[in-house]
This record gives sequence, C-alpha cells and structure tokens, in this order.
Amino acid sequence: MSVFIIRRLLQSVVVIWVMSLLVFGGVYLIGDPIDMLINPEADQEDIDAAIRALGLDKPITEQYWFFLINAVKGDLGSSFIFNEPALQLILARMPATMELAFAALFLSIVLGIPLGMWAGLHPNSLSGRSIMTGSILGFSLPSFWVGIMFIMFFAVVLGVLPSGGRGETTEFLGLQVSFLSWKGLSYILLPAINLALFKLSLVIRLSRAGTQEVIHQDYIKFARAKGISEKRVILVHVLKNIMIPVVTILGLEFGSVIAFAVVTETVFAWPGMGKLIIESIDQLDRPVIVAYLMIIVFMFIVINLVVDILYSVLDPRVRLQDVKA
Amino acid sequence: MTASTGEAVIETTGMSSELSPFRRFISDYCESKVAIAGAIGVLVVAFIAIFAPWLSPTNPYDLATVDIMDSRLAPGMQMMSGVTAHVGTDGMGRDMLSAMFYGLRISLGVGAMSGFVALLVGVCVGLTAAYFGGRVDMLIMRIVDLQLSFPAILIALVLLATLGKGVDKIIIALIVVQWAYFARTVRGTALVERRKEYIEAAACLALSHRRIVFRHLLPNCLPPLIVVGTVQIASAISLEATLSFLGIGLPVTEPSLGLLISNGFEYMLSGKYWISIYPGIALLFTIVSINLVGDRLRDVLNPRLER
Amino acid sequence: MEGEIPTLAVEGLKTFFFTKLGVAQAVNGVSFTVRKGEVVGLVGESGSGKSVTGFSLIGLVDPPGRVVEGKILFRGEDLAQADEDRMRSLRGRRIAMIFQDPMMTLNPVLRIDTQMIEAVRAHEKISEGDARIRARDALVQVGIPSPDERLKAYPHQFSGGMRQRVAIATALLHKPDLIIADEPTTALDVTIQGQILHEVQKLCRETGMSLIWITHDLSVVAGLADRICVMYAGKIVEKGKISDVLDSPLHPYTNGLIGSVPSHNRRGQPLAQIPGMTPSLLNLPQGCAFHPRCPRAGASCLVEPDITEPAKSDHQVRCVNPHLETS
Repeated sequence: MSVFIIRRLLQSVVVIWVMSLLVFGGVYLIGDPIDMLINPEADQEDIDAAIRALGLDKPITEQYWFFLINAVKGDLGSSFIFNEPALQLILARMPATMELAFAALFLSIVLGIPLGMWAGLHPNSLSGRSIMTGSILGFSLPSFWVGIMFIMFFAVVLGVLPSGGRGETTEFLGLQVSFLSWKGLSYILLPAINLALFKLSLVIRLSRAGTQEVIHQDYIKFARAKGISEKRVILVHVLKNIMIPVVTILGLEFGSVIAFAVVTETVFAWPGMGKLIIESIDQLDRPVIVAYLMIIVFMFIVINLVVDILYSVLDPRVRLQDVKA
Repeated sequence: MTASTGEAVIETTGMSSELSPFRRFISDYCESKVAIAGAIGVLVVAFIAIFAPWLSPTNPYDLATVDIMDSRLAPGMQMMSGVTAHVGTDGMGRDMLSAMFYGLRISLGVGAMSGFVALLVGVCVGLTAAYFGGRVDMLIMRIVDLQLSFPAILIALVLLATLGKGVDKIIIALIVVQWAYFARTVRGTALVERRKEYIEAAACLALSHRRIVFRHLLPNCLPPLIVVGTVQIASAISLEATLSFLGIGLPVTEPSLGLLISNGFEYMLSGKYWISIYPGIALLFTIVSINLVGDRLRDVLNPRLER
Repeated sequence: MEGEIPTLAVEGLKTFFFTKLGVAQAVNGVSFTVRKGEVVGLVGESGSGKSVTGFSLIGLVDPPGRVVEGKILFRGEDLAQADEDRMRSLRGRRIAMIFQDPMMTLNPVLRIDTQMIEAVRAHEKISEGDARIRARDALVQVGIPSPDERLKAYPHQFSGGMRQRVAIATALLHKPDLIIADEPTTALDVTIQGQILHEVQKLCRETGMSLIWITHDLSVVAGLADRICVMYAGKIVEKGKISDVLDSPLHPYTNGLIGSVPSHNRRGQPLAQIPGMTPSLLNLPQGCAFHPRCPRAGASCLVEPDITEPAKSDHQVRCVNPHLETS
C-alpha cells in the first residue's frame, strides 16, 4: 500500500515538473514575459526594475530556475489591479469555489446514483426513459444557459430565490460557508444545481451502465439464489459494485467541476476563483491568470492522486495487486 | 433422406433479408422517432445558417439600418423601418430574428469548421500513433492523455486569455481542445483493425505505408469517427457559446448565439426576457438536435450493439 | 420409495425466451422426478436447455425468458404457481443452487463473511455472531482450512476450487432438501474436479439431500448420479437408471454422447463423434430435433415421437427407432 502511494507521489511530482515547464514555456517563451507579467501602464523605470526582479535579463535556464524557486515559495507574482500577491488573491476566493464544487458533487452523487440505478433496473419503463432523456439534456445543454433559465424562473418569475451573489455566510472551522444557514442555502442552491447538472448526467449514465452490467453477472444471480431480499441485492451487491467506477470517475471529474465553476460563478455572480479569473482575463491581469493556472494544475494532480488512493481502498482487487507488487 | 432434410435446415436458417449496408443503416436509424426529429432539426438549422442573409428580414450588421430608437422592442412591435420585430429587438435596436439567424450562422460555422480541422489533425496523429506504435505511439498518447485530463473549458480559457478575441482565435482554441478526442478514437479503432488479417495481407502485398493507412485502415475507422465528430460539433458550438457568454470568445461586432444571450442577460432581470431567451432556444435546439443524431449514430454504428 | 412424495416432480415444464427474433423454446415439455436423497444427472450439450431447466426450478430465469407451462412440484407444492415472496423464502433455504463459474459466483467487492452471513440471515432471525459460526462450520464441512481467516478474505484471494467450495458451503448453510448444481466442476482443473465431486457425494450421503447435477460431461455423472436425464434441444430424449442408460443407451444421441467420451478401453480406435451441431432453438427441425444428425434417421422421424411410457420400464426414450438391438 505504502509502496503504491510513494510511487504515485513520485509520478505526481514528475507531472507537476512537466507542467511547470509548459507554463514556463507558455509564459516566458511563446508570450512576451514583459507583456505578460508587468503592468503595461508602468513607466520605463518600473519596467526595468521589474525585469531585474523577475530575472528576465538572465539566461533562459537561470530564468526557469528562478521561476521554479519562486513558484515553490508560493510567489506567483502580484496582481496589477489589486496590488496583492496573486496567490493570496486566489486562495482568498478558493473556499467559496470549493463549497460550490463540493455542493455540486454531493448533489450529483445523492441524486445521480439512485436515478441511474433506477434507469438501469427499469430500462424500458417510462420513468427510466425519462431519466435517460433528462441526462441527455443535462449533457447537451450549455450550463450557462441553464443557469440563466434558473435565474429567469426562480428569481424573476417566481421570485423565491436570489438571482446571484453569495448572501450571508456562517463561520465553520474557520471558513465562511453558506450551507449552514437557510439564507445561505437559498443562495447556494441554484448555482450548486447548475454546476451539478453535467456531472449529475454523467453519474446517471455511469450508474445505469454499471447497473445493467452488474445485474446480469452470475454473482447477482447467486445472491438471489441465496434467497436474500431484492432490496439487499440492489443496495449491497449492485450498489457496491457500481460505486467503484462512479466514485473514481467523479473524483477525477472534481477538477473539471472547479473549472466549470468559472461559468456558474459568472452567471450567478458567485464570488469565487472562477469569477476572479474571468475578471482578470477581462482586465488583462496576467499574473493572476498564470497563478490560477498553476494552482488548478496543482489541484488536478492532487485530486488524481487522492482518487487513485481512494480507488485502491474501495476495490479490494486493486489493493491486493499492490501488496504483491 | 437425411441429406435432403439437412439442406432444408440450412435454407431456413439462412439470412432472412439482404439489404445494402446504406439502406440498412438508414432503416436502422429511422427505428427511433426521436432520432428522426433530431435529423430534421439539424437540417432546419443548417438551412437557416446557410441561407441566413436571404431569410433575415433585416441585415443586423448593417449599422446604417440599425436605429437605436428601436432598442429593446418587445416581440411583435414595429421598428422604425416598418419591419415587424417578431421576436423583439436587442439593446442596440437590432431585429432579434435577423440577429439570431446570423448568430446561428456564426455558431454553426465555428463549430463545423473547428470540428472539421480537429478531425483532420486528430486522424493524422491518431493513425500515425496506431500504425507506427512503439515510442511514437507512447509519446503521442501521453500528450493526448495529458490534454484530455484537463477540462476543455480550461484549455480554451487559457488559450483565449493569451490569444485574445476573434473568430480565428476561437476556432484555433476549439481545434486545440478537440483534436485529442479524435486522435484517441482513431488510434483505438485503428489498433483493433491493425491486428486483423486484411492489414497483414496488405502489408504482404508490399503496399506503401500511406496506401495501407489511408485506403485500408482509415475507412474502417470511420464509424466511430462519425459518431465522435457529431458529438464534438455539438460540444464545440456549446463551448463557443459559453466562451462568448463569458466575454472571452467572439468580438461584439460578430455576435454568435452565445454572445446574443450574454447581451440579453443584463436586461433579463428587468423583465426584457426575449433578448436572451430566443437565441437561447435557438442554441438549445441546435445542440439537442445534433446530439440526438449523434446518440442514434452511436447506437446504429456500434457493432457491439448489433442485434 | 413407493407412495412417498418425491422431493421434486417436474411435469411438462416449458420455459420459452421471447426474443426479438422469435420465441426460443429453451425447455420444451420436460418431466422428471427427484426422490429424497437421490442424485439426478441432467446431461446435454450447451444449448440443450439443461441450465435453463435448473434456473426455472428456482424461479431465476432471466427475462425475456419465463416458465410458460408445466408444474414444478417441490415436496408437493407447485413452484410454477408460487409468488416471488414464497420463492425467495425457498431459495437458499430449501433449494440451493451452485453455478458453473466459481470465478463469477461470488461478489468480488464483498468479503466472504458478508456474503455467507447474509445468506444465513436472509432466512433466520439470528445474531450476526451466530450466523458467522454457522458460516464457519459450513466452510469446515466442505474442507476449507483455517476458516476464520478465510471468512475475512475477498473472493479474489481464493483459487477457483476454493471459491467453488465456498459456493457449496453457502448452498449448504440451511441444509436444503435439494441442491441444483449447474456444471459446478466444468471450470476447474481435473484434480480439483475430482475432489469436489468426492466432497459433494459425501455430503449428499451424510445429509440425505437430493441433488440435480447439470453437466455436459457424461464421465462426471457416471460415478455420481443415481439416475440420468439426457436432454436435447429442450426435451428429455432419454432417462433412466444410470447403469441402464450408460450400459444400454436407447437413443442414438445418448449413444453418440457415450461414444464421444474417450476411454482407455477403446484405445487406438477412432473416437466416435456426432456430426453437425445443436440446432438453433429459434428454428428447430421438424419432428425429432435430432434427426438431421442422426445416423438412424428415417422418414418416420419427421413426426415428433413421444417418450415411452414409464409403465413399461423405468428406462424411457423419445425415439421412433431406438437402439433396442443392443439392449
């Protein structure tokens, strides 16, 4: 087990290194780093100072080294607009995005698995077909459009939910969260559902496919031949088998949930990282863009690592292979 | 006696019907009513996109005819020029119907163009990987996997943040996002096909690499490519709309459906719903139609599901 | 034996599969009885309907298949008419089943103890601890060493033979009246196969339970079964005492089956074989389904023969032109 984790950790380090090369290449070689990283409104003196500070007058290998050291230290440059370290700026908005992403993930699991299993068990029923049609829609509708419809319907026409923003938050473990108060929940509900739609459809499809595959396996028949209740066959034998791929894929998709939060946050004016990056792109606040990219890459890699470990815990077959290895 | 009855058995178990592959494909496809509706939807959308200049009541790009006095007219009201705005006008006084027709043209054009180029790139790369195998394959697939591990929207976001706005830039971004899907699909199918005897036979005839790859390998990879291509065009249209909505896709001068929706978003809270809703419905109709076709193609062309 | 209600009496069982391409008559009027403590072999090639017969008995035929006709009298009760709740309470408790592929019969993500304890507690309201003891005892009974440790393992940590033992142990948990074994040794090595056969035989004798052993391998049932039913294309073509059927087969198909078993008695002679293959169940030949492959076929074979009356002899056959000369 620990051998497995160490090996995966090493792999992750290699990927991060490769990504740092790519980002460095993108920013410093393809783009003009002076353009990218220095406020275009600065005067010549400031620009020269910045060039020296960033080491842009040094040879390329040394520059890369400089970039690497700074990145490891967490120094990813300062925002032109806010005049704050980009990293801090992004981290300050991270909890809001994280809460939204987790809420979306939670919704897609608690709704998606039951719906998908139902559709898998009753593929030809009206309800099963409706669920699958719904999931096709969830896949194909652009999420910003669904978000607009949500606002239109619930905020403008019915007037029961706020149209955007985060509303009031409650302190929880030192973080500001929305889900602990009714008021906060009313603000997070629409964006969370909106963000969840795509993953929800994915979970429905996976669960359905998994159910249809598992239900025909001999071990399900054997379980039935033992005379155990149909409820237990479904909730233990089938569910446990489909949970593995669903959790794995959903875990891998967590990064994309955070990326897609860009859209949801813009539609619902949710004060998270995604809204920040769109604003930064709009205002050409490049250090923030670069920092956002590095953080996202880092997060992706951490997520993949966690999912791999989780997967090995969930699936006894994988676990054993690694003990042997 | 035994022999004759044996023949009878063979006769009755023989093929029940012989249809040409194309006819069979069409009849298989038409088994689903929803899929027929999807196909009709695609045809309608394509027709509008192609003939937008002749179908539109006004030319929304012609600033001379656009009157700011017409802005935000409700559906059914008459504009200064005397033309009835059946679905209202937008914030600048453009007839929404015309804007939508032109917007559809741009959305569909961008989607089809990027999908097509991405397909070409993906096919070449994927076939190279599959045909040569070994290190070439490993290197290519590592890149593909790495790219596919990042969500499309993120890659497009980064590219557009560096490249800037514009039709050409968004097409480039969409190609970069999409080629990997095609490459992976082609390689996967080609690897399966490559092991089959007919490729070995072609190699034994000392045919050139190029001939084997393009005349023998490629045609057999087409069915999954068609499916992926259809789905990718829909997702490209959706992605373009999303990016334009975020304000990082197309310039305001050439509004696609996504940009029209975005423009209308600000008026929505004040009850002027039509500026956003109608382009939204057009976008939805387009994407859902293409996806319905893609879904059906997947079922019909997938040999594993053949009944 | 006379007068006693048999453990199982199947009468005119028909199980059809309603597929898109037509109705597959997988089991087409099968009748046989299994007396208490008796081992009955159900023999046939793949596609002969022997497995479907087994699944029909415990009500686990997969859709689009279903039992359309006939009686399944289990200790006098007609299971073909029983509702799902009743079937569930019988399954695993009074009638157990063992499947062909031991690699597939145990749920890969659940530990052995979970899978055995749930089987105990499905029918008896006892504590988990007691159920565990029962499971452990069952493992001991089928000869699994260090059962406590084994209970905590996952299926993939077992060999094929061990898994089949676990499956058998699971089937034994409630000391059922009848076990249906669907080719349980086919997927195993010959030596393991021998061990399992020996084990099962011993268990049958000790517990007095009845056993239906479904197989395509005549040599397996030869040393195991008391009586044998030979199936072909959904019908029983010959049945009787094992010695009668094997020593003097009446049906040309049975004769062919026996001929295709390699034997050291006939060393050097070419192995007999049955030409052709089993017909598609969707499109059965007219009359006797075997006649296109039958060396003794004649014009009269185009009319479906009835099975001979049991009154005449316990050894019944469904053939107009049986091998009477050899008997």
